Amino acid sequence: MYNHSGFHFVKKITILGLLILVLFFIPTMNVLAQSGNPPTADDVNAVAKQLYCPVCENIPLDVCPTQACAQWRETIREKLIAGWSEEQIKQYFVDQYGDRVLAEPPRTGLNWLVYILPPVVFLVGVFFVYRNLTKLKRSSPNPENIEEPKTSDPYYSQVEDALKSLVEAEKD
Amino acid sequence: MISNLGFGALIIAFIVSLYGIVTAILGQRKNNFQLVESARSAMQLTFPLITITAISIIILLVRGNYEVQYVYNVTSNAMPTYLKITALWGGQSGSLVFWAWLMSAFATAVTLRKWDRDRDLLPWVIVVSLITLAFFLIMIIGFENPFRRFWFSADGQEMVAMFQPAGSQLITPQDGRGLNPLLRHPGMIIHPPMLYLGFVSFVIPFAFGMAALITGRKDDRWIRLTRRWTLVAWMFLSIGLVLGSRWAYDVLGWGGYWAWDPVENAAFMPWLTGTAFLHSVMIQEKRGLFKRWNVILIIMTYLLVILGTFLTRSGVLSSVHAFAQSAIGPLFFVFIAITMLVSIALLITRWGDLASEGQMTSLLSRESLFLINNLLFVGILAVVFWGTVYPLISELLTGQKVTVGPPFYERSTGPLFAGLLLLMGVAPLSAWGHSTWKTLGKAMWKPAIATLVVLIGMAIGGVRNPGAFLGLGLSAFVIFITLYEFWRGMRARHKRSGENYLEALIKLAGRNRRRYGGYIIHLSVVLMAIGILGIEVFQTETQAKLAQGESVSLGGYTVMYKSLAEFDVNDGRNVARAVVDVYKDGKYLGELNPRRDYYYDSQQPMTIPGVRSTLEDDLYIILVNWEQISSRGATFKIFHNPLINWLWIGGIVLILGSFIAAWPDAEKEVPVAVSNKRKNQKTQTAASTD
Repeated sequence: MYNHSGFHFVKKITILGLLILVLFFIPTMNVLAQSGNPPTADDVNAVAKQLYCPVCENIPLDVCPTQACAQWRETIREKLIAGWSEEQIKQYFVDQYGDRVLAEPPRTGLNWLVYILPPVVFLVGVFFVYRNLTKLKRSSPNPENIEEPKTSDPYYSQVEDALKSLVEAEKD
Repeated sequence: MISNLGFGALIIAFIVSLYGIVTAILGQRKNNFQLVESARSAMQLTFPLITITAISIIILLVRGNYEVQYVYNVTSNAMPTYLKITALWGGQSGSLVFWAWLMSAFATAVTLRKWDRDRDLLPWVIVVSLITLAFFLIMIIGFENPFRRFWFSADGQEMVAMFQPAGSQLITPQDGRGLNPLLRHPGMIIHPPMLYLGFVSFVIPFAFGMAALITGRKDDRWIRLTRRWTLVAWMFLSIGLVLGSRWAYDVLGWGGYWAWDPVENAAFMPWLTGTAFLHSVMIQEKRGLFKRWNVILIIMTYLLVILGTFLTRSGVLSSVHAFAQSAIGPLFFVFIAITMLVSIALLITRWGDLASEGQMTSLLSRESLFLINNLLFVGILAVVFWGTVYPLISELLTGQKVTVGPPFYERSTGPLFAGLLLLMGVAPLSAWGHSTWKTLGKAMWKPAIATLVVLIGMAIGGVRNPGAFLGLGLSAFVIFITLYEFWRGMRARHKRSGENYLEALIKLAGRNRRRYGGYIIHLSVVLMAIGILGIEVFQTETQAKLAQGESVSLGGYTVMYKSLAEFDVNDGRNVARAVVDVYKDGKYLGELNPRRDYYYDSQQPMTIPGVRSTLEDDLYIILVNWEQISSRGATFKIFHNPLINWLWIGGIVLILGSFIAAWPDAEKEVPVAVSNKRKNQKTQTAASTD
């Protein structure tokens, strides 16, 4: 029993130690990686793609042709060189220009409505369809009793057409 | 002079509209058909009157009468004549006139038909159409008058007014600001008329639906009368949407075709309810079910048409505060609210009369599957509607602007679109009234096996993306089922009458245009789905700064930068045009010229991509930036867009299918006796005939 819990204790310490080590080194490694290989235009665009031009309407930052957006892409490049993560850069833009720079509203407060309302409407629709289907299925289980749709009979259509033309002819 | 003529015609058209509304109602009340006939004449008079207005604007645009504010805003001396003419719908007030013009043309066309059998509907169709028209006319006259001119007042102020203010002098600028360069594209020239044609033609089935509600008619006459109108409306709206996508692809320079922008969504929403309506009315025609739902759908479609125009014209999208400042915004808002209340009140009044005549009897029947189809369309509408209006609500309630972008729409609507694809395959095989898994399975197993072969082929070909498997698998399934349906019909005719297969195919489609036209439309939608899947799932991109002679590779292509030239052209542009060589697998394919056009008059740049287009893929190159001395290099953004061309091909097939489906049917076929062996199959096919 003692040995067993001791084993657990050692395991926990080891994991904790590794975690601290990893957490300590990740930013450094990131910076090293970034400083070693400066970000390409594609790296910049990968981040810019997820952000929207703060001044134009509904244009992603990676394809916005304005001078201001070119400047913001440059800012992304600088942040990447400085070792910032994608999330940090996105947060920086949110802090500077508000939530509208994000491709989707953050899942907070009133914004939850965006994500909740359409599924609710859809589920209400599902309920109505389900009610229709089950109700009607119950009421007529026997396919033998189904009334043949009138217009599927070509003769019926012919008779109807002939009658129509008769009525029209009479009126004329 | 011309301004006054155009404006005068507009005023008279408005008075005539009011007269038509009053006489139609009086005629109906007093049972005086002469009054109704007078209302019909009034309706028909609006078209020549608004034609005078439209032609007046066109003359002013072509002549370059820059003293007219609208002409100054949308044309310039450098613009070619055809662009000056199409500038009629290049700005706010002109496009509203264009809307009213088309509306009057369609409503007039409706009143020209023989009404003997539907005398009771006529006055109300006139009333609804004329109320819509009068609303647009009063908006133009009161707030968006395209004939207002620039004046210089006695106290030195510049002002804009229709008639000369006392003591003022007319200002005539030498040149105009020119049409927004983004709108100077063939797609944008045809796109708005198509969209507007779709919008206004949906007013007609709505007017008939309302007329049926008001008169209390319980039959499906209004649906039968407007079936072709609805299909034509749907076709125009579809063409408008496809052309809009093509324009975005060619002009906006971001490598895509659809951004889920609120303006795009505004046109897409009535298309969704319109498509649901097109399917749903068949249930009422064949089985007498869902009468209430069909009325709800056409009311929704009409309201979404007006809402679409409101969203794009009121300035509300850029900011809710712009809406408050806009003169026409609140007017639109009130009109939508009143229309909605009146329509709902009418619907509630007739609720009891609109009960279904029959019952749904089978889970797999055509009507059940159409019901699910409607559910999916309404589900997509809920997503698109909410995504479009939420930013406005957020700004209004919290003051915080938010963006609802493509990730939201794609994630939410993707599964619903997949469901629609599946239904497109299964529903045409099911029969009205009753179907079983067995009958469906019997008709489906061969196409299902062919689909499996395609999926295996995709796996062997290296496709690993689950979305691609699902989407392309469903697309293949629908294509095989549809082609198999054609084949079964052809073979039956060939065996029965000895016609050769081509003749059998032509006669088959000719004898039941609605059904086979519908199949062709389904095929077109699948082709478009393939194009959309291609770009959504397989698109790759890269950006590179290249010195002369340097190259970059993407999607099997190699792009080498050769040169760049900057020069002025005589239509008022400064062009920076790059020359790049394109190679694939080491083989030279030709050169492309991505360029940037700068329009001096409107001071706007435009990015025109260089595109190499094949059925397999598009290589799409954008000139992002360049050094003043071209030898130093230029930056290009390159997209590899697989299968995108199928989106445009699908659009062309859709037009073909719509024409076939909307064309009046030839005489009905007389059935012949069939052998017992094929009888079951034959019955199934006949039952599933639309």
